[in-house]
Amino acid sequence: MQQSEQETIARRISREELVRELRRFLRDDAVLYAAEDTRPYECDGLSAYRRVPWLVVLPETTAQVQRIARLCFENNVPLVARGAGTGLSGGALPLENGILLNLARLSGVLEIDPLNRTARVEPGVRNLAISEAAAPQGLYYAPDPSSQIACTIGGNVAENSGGVHCLKYGLTVHNILQLKVVTIEGELLTIGSSALDSPGFDLLALMTGSEGMLGIIVEITVKLLPQPERAQVVMAAFGDVTSAGAAVAEIIGAGIIPAGLEMMDNLAIRAAEDFVHAGYPVDVAAILLCELDGTNDEVSEQILLVRDLLLQAGATEVRTARDEQERLRFWQGRKAAFPAVGRIAPDYYCMDGTIPRGRLAEVLNRIAEMSREYELPVANVFHAGDGNLHPLILYDANTPGELERTEELGGKILELCVEVGGTITGEHGVGVEKINQMCVQFNEQELQQFHALKSAFDARGLLNPGKAIPTLARCAEFGAMHVHHGKLPHPELERF
Amino acid sequence: MSNDLTSELQQQISEAYAQGTPLQIAGAGTKAFYGRTPHGEPLSRGAHRGRNKYSPNEHVNSAPSCTPLAEIEAELATHNQMLAFEPPHFGAGATLGGTVACGFSGPRRPYAGAARDFVLGTKILNGKGELLRFGGEVMKNVAGYDVARLMTGAMGALGVLLEVSLKVLPRPAVEVTLRKDLDESRALKAMNRWSGLPLPLSAAACDGEHMFIRLSGSTKGVKAAGQKIGGDVLAEDEQIWERLREHRHGFFESATPLWRVSVAPGTAPLALRGKSLLEWNGALRWLKSTDDATSMRTLVERHGGHATLFRGGDRDGQVFHPLPPGLMQIHENLKRAFDPACILNPGRWYTQL
Repeated sequence: MQQSEQETIARRISREELVRELRRFLRDDAVLYAAEDTRPYECDGLSAYRRVPWLVVLPETTAQVQRIARLCFENNVPLVARGAGTGLSGGALPLENGILLNLARLSGVLEIDPLNRTARVEPGVRNLAISEAAAPQGLYYAPDPSSQIACTIGGNVAENSGGVHCLKYGLTVHNILQLKVVTIEGELLTIGSSALDSPGFDLLALMTGSEGMLGIIVEITVKLLPQPERAQVVMAAFGDVTSAGAAVAEIIGAGIIPAGLEMMDNLAIRAAEDFVHAGYPVDVAAILLCELDGTNDEVSEQILLVRDLLLQAGATEVRTARDEQERLRFWQGRKAAFPAVGRIAPDYYCMDGTIPRGRLAEVLNRIAEMSREYELPVANVFHAGDGNLHPLILYDANTPGELERTEELGGKILELCVEVGGTITGEHGVGVEKINQMCVQFNEQELQQFHALKSAFDARGLLNPGKAIPTLARCAEFGAMHVHHGKLPHPELERF
Repeated sequence: MSNDLTSELQQQISEAYAQGTPLQIAGAGTKAFYGRTPHGEPLSRGAHRGRNKYSPNEHVNSAPSCTPLAEIEAELATHNQMLAFEPPHFGAGATLGGTVACGFSGPRRPYAGAARDFVLGTKILNGKGELLRFGGEVMKNVAGYDVARLMTGAMGALGVLLEVSLKVLPRPAVEVTLRKDLDESRALKAMNRWSGLPLPLSAAACDGEHMFIRLSGSTKGVKAAGQKIGGDVLAEDEQIWERLREHRHGFFESATPLWRVSVAPGTAPLALRGKSLLEWNGALRWLKSTDDATSMRTLVERHGGHATLFRGGDRDGQVFHPLPPGLMQIHENLKRAFDPACILNPGRWYTQL
């Protein structure tokens, strides 16, 4: 698929010449082209899609990023930016004829400003490292994607990452103030400011989640929040998924905004329990984990309310973590759920759609039906409070045809999300993975508007080509396949 | 009340696009004072109305752009919910579309977020008259560029808003406002120090003599925080936050040009001439001044901020802080991408936009 889009870019420089040009201002070990050096970058967190990059470049300063961009612009070389490569939609999948720009070496925490409650950091700083740097001031950075130990803030901005706590504290877009961005022409722009707004259009929101298609993020100023006085988690067990879904609606409807509200179904519970012994009941259909945070008094008041609501909604058991250790253990099970599912099947495919919360039970039941139809088990571990689903499809890539069936089922699940009024991606991004489903969610004129918007930043289409927004030709092809065969064959993909 | 004008508007814009006729977009006109002087034929948007789709359990409200803001707020109140960015109305009849197009936010903004933080989706007509939908009605959505948020505060320059979906939030059980006698400099330090602690703050302002702090949350939580911060509890009928939000506070009664200065909240008092009033922990500073715009902006810029001539003064001049050339180029490119014939509210931002 990307091949066709890449081929339209006529590079005007050979790799040897480009390497020579880059080494004028970069150390030798910052320009990698030998297959053994570039192979580690062949995929991001979505390992089903792989491509050995043509060239990997590791700048250490903003000035170097600007020079790299200028070289690319002058010579028509496509450029893909990459953080830690933990993304789950193939957004950092490299190109066969372009540069993979690894921003990991731009990793300085430049400033923590306790009075203004901000941190100024470089894109290669890990998400959790920001909170660690701010902790001595009693502050933290709220968005917490499950990969927060490894993922970088630059990647978080590019994908508008969420996490367990974004139910109360918002996504990346709600928690950043300023970006420094290098354009494909090598110009350094400051977007946003240290104030709460800036003149002109809201480019800060536009850049967030733009998947490296509009510019290269080289510095981020994030908002920091005071660490809550207390956090407490309540676990509730349910005999059926429908009442668990209803309980979510009850809590939200009662005017409580938990810090996190997560659901796991039976398959996920058993996998997690076997793996980390979190203390979950294993014979129930679903559990909810509801975290409440705030001042001591607020949390005490809300715990009582939430317990009542859960029991009224039909919970068979409600447990409040007795101490911090038990709270962390409850969360450990949730956080380890993906790898835990990885232990019970040779492969799993993680989906990411968002639906209206009120349709949770209905959608989960329909996913269960589809799972039976496709004879592929599906485990559900997800951000129930936001209606952000993460169905994990269990499969075996070594069984012929199973990856194809998995992708088809995945596509069906995403289309179901759109059908009930939701979206094909809540927090993982489109990347290469969901590019076909973009044709389902947006019509031709909307996609054309996206392409026009992209041209306002990158008229030659050199930044991350082939990602996030499908060409109309691609949609036409997908639509035809879709209608006539009801299949998403991805013939262009390598299979691993 | 239903009056779907989509096709008429679409036709009017398509014709204007073909003929290059500038259009000025207006709702109830309550924010006509803002921005540079509007030009062009009025886009007859008087009453693009329809059903207000409010889902209290989903925390979502979707409505056509001419729905009165007051109507939406009243409906939310019946379910004990609110627009957490506390938008100012600036007059009777303010519409949802005008509110989102201007992107103004009220006292809760530093704690709850700005208008754009609550915009989940929009239906728009671009400058070619194409009907487009971006975002949606769910809490998390990263499919495609975030055009819905880009529309917020764009003052119609990139498209005419037809429908907006907003995230709504529960109203806090209790709200208490405290007043302490503090000057600007001491208030700035105090507001920002309290904001760095885990307290249920929801607004902070200073009128030069007093600091006002609002606490929102559970009964016990608010009471405990109030004891910690201290000060006099302000009577509810003082309506301090509403008066600040709607510019009905005595400070705003003046013919002197009103400047809106935006800086990092903890910035020490700026050496600007004129009377000032601080909101948002100091991140928003209203200033009544007849000072020269250039020197004022140079100073504000040194502090990483920007200054807008909010009301009064020369409405044909540089009302908004000038953009550096690189950013201006992106703005012009974006304008062309959405409105190729440059017919939607031309010149409202800058002469070239």
